[in-house]
Amino acid sequence: MKLRGLIPLGLFILLLGALAFGLTRDPRILPSELIEKPFPAFALENLEGDALLNPSILNNQVSLVNVFGSWCVACTVEHPQLMALRDKPDLQLVGIDWRDTREAANRWLVRNGNPYDVIIFDPNSKLIVELGVTGAPETFIVDKAGKIRYKHVGIITADDWDETLRPLVESLQ
Amino acid sequence: MTAELGHIALILAFCVALLQTAIPLLGAQRNDARMMEFGDRAAIGQFLLIAFSFLALTSVFLASDFSVKLAALHSHSEKPLLYKISGVWGNHEGSILLWVLMMAGYGAAVPLFGKALPPGLKARAIAIQALITAGFLAFILFTSNPFERLNPVPIDGNGLNPILQDPGLAFHPPFLYLGYVGFSLPFSFAVAALIEGRVDSVWAKWLRPWVLVAWSFLTIGIALGSFWAYYELGWGGWWMWDPVENVSFMPWLAGTALLHSILVLGTRHSLASWTVLLAITTFALSLIGTFVVRSGILVSVHAFAVDPERGVFLLLLLGLATGGALTLYAMRAHTLRDPVPFNAASRDGALVLNNLLLTAALATVFLGTFYPLLIDAVNGSKISVGAPYFELTFTPIMCLLILFMGIGPMLKWRVDTLKRLRVPIVLCLKIVAVVIIATAIIGKSVLGALALGLAAWLAVGTILTIGRKARWNRAGLRAQPASTWGFVGAHMGVAIFTAAVTIMSVWSATDIGTLKVGDSLTLGKYTYTLEDVGGGQRDNYTFLAGEISVTKGETQLSTLLTERRFYPVRNQVTTEAGLDLSFGQTLFASIGEGDPEGGFVVQVYRHSFVVWIWLGALLMALSGFAALADRRLRLPKPETAPTLAAAE
Repeated sequence: MKLRGLIPLGLFILLLGALAFGLTRDPRILPSELIEKPFPAFALENLEGDALLNPSILNNQVSLVNVFGSWCVACTVEHPQLMALRDKPDLQLVGIDWRDTREAANRWLVRNGNPYDVIIFDPNSKLIVELGVTGAPETFIVDKAGKIRYKHVGIITADDWDETLRPLVESLQ
Repeated sequence: MTAELGHIALILAFCVALLQTAIPLLGAQRNDARMMEFGDRAAIGQFLLIAFSFLALTSVFLASDFSVKLAALHSHSEKPLLYKISGVWGNHEGSILLWVLMMAGYGAAVPLFGKALPPGLKARAIAIQALITAGFLAFILFTSNPFERLNPVPIDGNGLNPILQDPGLAFHPPFLYLGYVGFSLPFSFAVAALIEGRVDSVWAKWLRPWVLVAWSFLTIGIALGSFWAYYELGWGGWWMWDPVENVSFMPWLAGTALLHSILVLGTRHSLASWTVLLAITTFALSLIGTFVVRSGILVSVHAFAVDPERGVFLLLLLGLATGGALTLYAMRAHTLRDPVPFNAASRDGALVLNNLLLTAALATVFLGTFYPLLIDAVNGSKISVGAPYFELTFTPIMCLLILFMGIGPMLKWRVDTLKRLRVPIVLCLKIVAVVIIATAIIGKSVLGALALGLAAWLAVGTILTIGRKARWNRAGLRAQPASTWGFVGAHMGVAIFTAAVTIMSVWSATDIGTLKVGDSLTLGKYTYTLEDVGGGQRDNYTFLAGEISVTKGETQLSTLLTERRFYPVRNQVTTEAGLDLSFGQTLFASIGEGDPEGGFVVQVYRHSFVVWIWLGALLMALSGFAALADRRLRLPKPETAPTLAAAE
């Protein structure tokens, strides 16, 4: 068997290996580009409309930044989990009300409860685009220096909190 | 009951396929004529069984029998008839059944058309074809059974993806599969020949028409897909270098190289090694394509079924088939030496160069398509490779190829010199220079001029080649065999295609804006005005329609009707672009979201000569079919028993 004839077979086996590996990965999962980077700059009003907010609200405490909207059905599913975090003294809950009207958002918060310490009102997706958000709900964990440490896409379940988010928050204190 | 019968037919076909693998292979080994003949009968029987199964599935869809899970998931009683039929293959299970049907069909063609083949080769090829078919039948029976029942029976089905409810897309898979699956014959024959230890011109002569058939169908299939994307997706493009597009293009590149190699092998008895390797590679690429589309390992707009379990099975099939073939190749490669030497400046040399360039092009497309996967494996980062990479790497290689295509056919076999062709080459250069300068001045684009010059080079070179062959008189032209006309048509098709792509890329215009009724957008001398916006309901969707009139100066050119459709059963929105296709300018508009007060988002395009892209491809395909008429491709009939001459 001449060695040169083995080259096609060798290359093919390498390819098979790569393809087999590919089966174990999900190409649709995209990690955030912003991990370890500072929270993007923004200048937006809060939901009440009486203050202008910027990233300085994230300084000196660990924050959980949650993107929601009154139109988002899945957000009502995760909301009880967020309500349970409302009174944690070492965690600031920041909400980003996305593509919404003040009236609808307030109604929704009255009906479902308001766990947030502060709510950023982003009707035109300005901050959303900077954050690379692709849907609601999405949640970011921001450390005391204002750097993004983690992004969670989708509903936060009790397991997600217990296994991933709470250990992370505690390690950032 | 029909579904169960179809299922049983598939199981029987699987058993037949297994027998069809074992018995003829043994028979060829022992030179047992009866065992080898069994292969012939089995191949036809298998095809009939699978055809019955396919018809059973079709009748389930036509009857809207929603107790069958596949029909419930992908069909609907209100769907128009054509789409009920095309819905059979508009999903994973049905399309794999179509694939297997075609494999069996091509397999049955061997005993039907191959009576002149040496029986050992024929039996082995039939056996290998059956082996692959058996693999796919197992895949269907164990992971993708189209005949699964559903209980309780839903009142109506889920409907077909509205994007698929379109004539172009109804026909795109059958043509594509006729191409993909057609290359299974060269694969089976290559493996059979490797087992025998002999790759010769008889083998090549028999295979060549089948390579032509498969290649031509694949060309049509890809062109249909591109045309469909252009008018259905409405973003003005005809090729996205999307992974699923690429995996259909790669077998085409390899198939083109195979086509040319097998021509050489059939007439000149050289390039055996190339031909065998290309035969294996082309079908392997078809298998890789099937795997990629159905396993979900690459992100693509073409999302089919994303199912790792099916992916594993397909990967196994791919690995065994290709791995087995390549192992055989490794074992027998040293016997495939070229007996007749030739020098570089000869037609043989040009064809080797052709193979090299096509393989290089294939490699760049392959690398770009699988690079995201490789990078993910190496360091976990997620990247995407898009049009810029492919255009930068693929285009120069193709330009080189077109350059050599212009004069390669003019060279003589075995030994020749470029000096002998000095006169035609200089003539070509003169005409090309004129084209380049004229285009640069009128069109104001250097790159466009050079590209058009390249297309002109190919066209003129091809005309000169046929002219010289025919000695520039009509009798000579009529004396040319069909395959020469095939060559002329196909190469002219490439020239037309190149010119059309250039013109479309360089000299097109587009604009987008928010228009209220009465507003307009201008593209150069053309004005697109939103005349009217209406809405309504039709068949199984509601729609918002925009009427856009196009004027050039004072003349009204046409009215484009574009729609945004909402399919309630599937909760899906599609855009139908308003097109005015013509051989010259194509006017294109699509309407998006909006309301009467704020205005509607409208995007307009003016594409010059875009239809020639697909007409060029169509010419290539038709030329391939035309070349089949060539009598030189027929094998000599086996000697019939001598008849006693009637005493006179």
